[in-house]
Amino acid sequence: MADMKMLEPTDRGLSAGYMMWYRFSRNPAAVIGSLILLSVLILAVFAPWLTPYPKHIGAVVDFRARHMPPDLEHWFGTDKAGRDIFSRTIFGLRVSLLLVIGVLGISVPVGTVLGLIAGYFGGWTEKLISGLTNVMLAMPPLVMALAVSNLLEPTLTNAMIAITLLWWTWHARLIYSVSKSIASEDYIEAARLAGAGPLHILFREILPNCVSVISVKTTLDAAFVILFGATLSFLGFGVKPPTPDLGSMVADGRQFMPDFWWEVLCPGAAVLYVTLGFNLLGDGLRDMFDVES
Amino acid sequence: MQQHPLIAILNRLGTFALVMIALSIMIFVLARVVPGDPARMALGPAATQEQVDALRGQMGLDKPLAVQYLDYIGKALHGDLGFSLVSQRPVTTDLAQTVPATVELVLVSVIFMFLVAIPLGVITAHYRDRPLDHIGRILSLTGVTIPSFLFAITLQLLAARFLSGWPIIGRLDHSLGWHGGPTGFILIDGMLAGRFDVVLDALKHLALPAFALSMAGIGQITRITRSSMIENQRKDHVLTLQSFGLPERVIIFRYLLKLSSIAPLTIMGLEFASLIGNAFVIEMVFAWGGFASYGLNAILQKDLNAVTAVVLVAGLFFIVANLIVDVLISIIDPRLRRKEAR
Repeated sequence: MADMKMLEPTDRGLSAGYMMWYRFSRNPAAVIGSLILLSVLILAVFAPWLTPYPKHIGAVVDFRARHMPPDLEHWFGTDKAGRDIFSRTIFGLRVSLLLVIGVLGISVPVGTVLGLIAGYFGGWTEKLISGLTNVMLAMPPLVMALAVSNLLEPTLTNAMIAITLLWWTWHARLIYSVSKSIASEDYIEAARLAGAGPLHILFREILPNCVSVISVKTTLDAAFVILFGATLSFLGFGVKPPTPDLGSMVADGRQFMPDFWWEVLCPGAAVLYVTLGFNLLGDGLRDMFDVES
Repeated sequence: MQQHPLIAILNRLGTFALVMIALSIMIFVLARVVPGDPARMALGPAATQEQVDALRGQMGLDKPLAVQYLDYIGKALHGDLGFSLVSQRPVTTDLAQTVPATVELVLVSVIFMFLVAIPLGVITAHYRDRPLDHIGRILSLTGVTIPSFLFAITLQLLAARFLSGWPIIGRLDHSLGWHGGPTGFILIDGMLAGRFDVVLDALKHLALPAFALSMAGIGQITRITRSSMIENQRKDHVLTLQSFGLPERVIIFRYLLKLSSIAPLTIMGLEFASLIGNAFVIEMVFAWGGFASYGLNAILQKDLNAVTAVVLVAGLFFIVANLIVDVLISIIDPRLRRKEAR
């Protein structure tokens, strides 16, 4: 391993950005993961132009073409209403990605800030925040999400709210442990002696040291959020039909098992494809940053 | 710093009691601020306003929230979780009927999980960066990434295609004429009654759902075991044992594995909440009829007493699982008995 290190371009005075790129490009998991995610992103963003039957995301019915097995015309076959499953799957990816952005866009900053505060200030703040996270962690997330999204109304927004309510705790817990160990470092003490206020210490001294941990965790979390959202909609707490959603497509297709297996396996495989991408990228980032999970 | 193990466990119990109290307040408030009147929902749109008011009074819904909560907890501690508005029976009766099915499923999955994941972790760590390691890592990656419903349905499809006659739904074949036993665990009751045909059939029914439920855990525990084996290989006392010339098998299984089973156990405890969540999916796919199916139904029907009870029981499962994990870890790792237990 030691001689491998020699080959790295550190000593040649290259920029940190190039270093990152170098380590990234030599990590197969990270590269494959990001290629998968790039393809998903392109498909999702340009879905209306890339899919063969963009109209089929609506309430289209074509009974002559129902339950057609996969062929060249319909790559993933057609469903009970004769709609093209490939087109619907691609549009379903949009819902999954929106869910990720919505949930992590809120819960990561909230969890990070609370974790930083708890780790740095200690005392009552620490007790309060870590107590709260412990309670939240004891709740089965799926049960809580089901309860919340149903007590409100089973829609995507409410599913998102439900997931977000639970999700920040994992980040808070992780960042808390990192920030607690950083808070006792000498340079934090030095900053404090130099007269730095708590805001400066939290966001300029501690936070930059958490970036690698946060990015690994967030990437891996994206996969979990997608799984979670798909599971919720599989159980019937998702987007309202006819909007395509991967989990509810699987649930719909399940009624026609085992004869029309593609109606279940194709949207299901799409979920697997995205979660695989995030997991590979997350694992790759973890190796790159050399952080422990 | 020396702390008696009993005190450590009592300490832990105190924390868990706090968690339960907070959890109960949260779900109670959540269930009571729901839009929609549970009394109206129970009686249907045809009921008169007087009937609804009467039921509200009977259910105590007209009292302040704090009073309602204390009433509820007082009764819950005496084993009264209220009436289910849907099944029209006490929630405790419903739970007694459904919880054993889920516990049986979860226990068998957890056992299976460790039986597969720990050896897989040991093998992949031992053959690090060689073909066996790559295969094992792909397996564990699949376990982590595959949606549990997709895996469960795929298992059903495969069984239906290649294992004709293998049961793919339910807990037991009805033609066996089995009417349940004292514990509700078919495996135990069947053995007590000497009905080994029932036990065998129940095991066949358990195989697919238990495998499906354990898949996510297998992925995670294999990963953790592997990384923790690799990390501990470099520990001084392991190197010492190697330099003494102890056979590798002895080092791995007698010393290294013991040390490396702490991390997977801890993760198992933390992940127990999501295991219960997955049970909802697995029970639905396999028509299992356990506590999770009951819970799902309760949530769909907005059956408040049942929902509250389901969340509390799920939290209790999590806590019991973590207590067991704590005890196991303190048995494995004598150092932890001295430090503050965590």
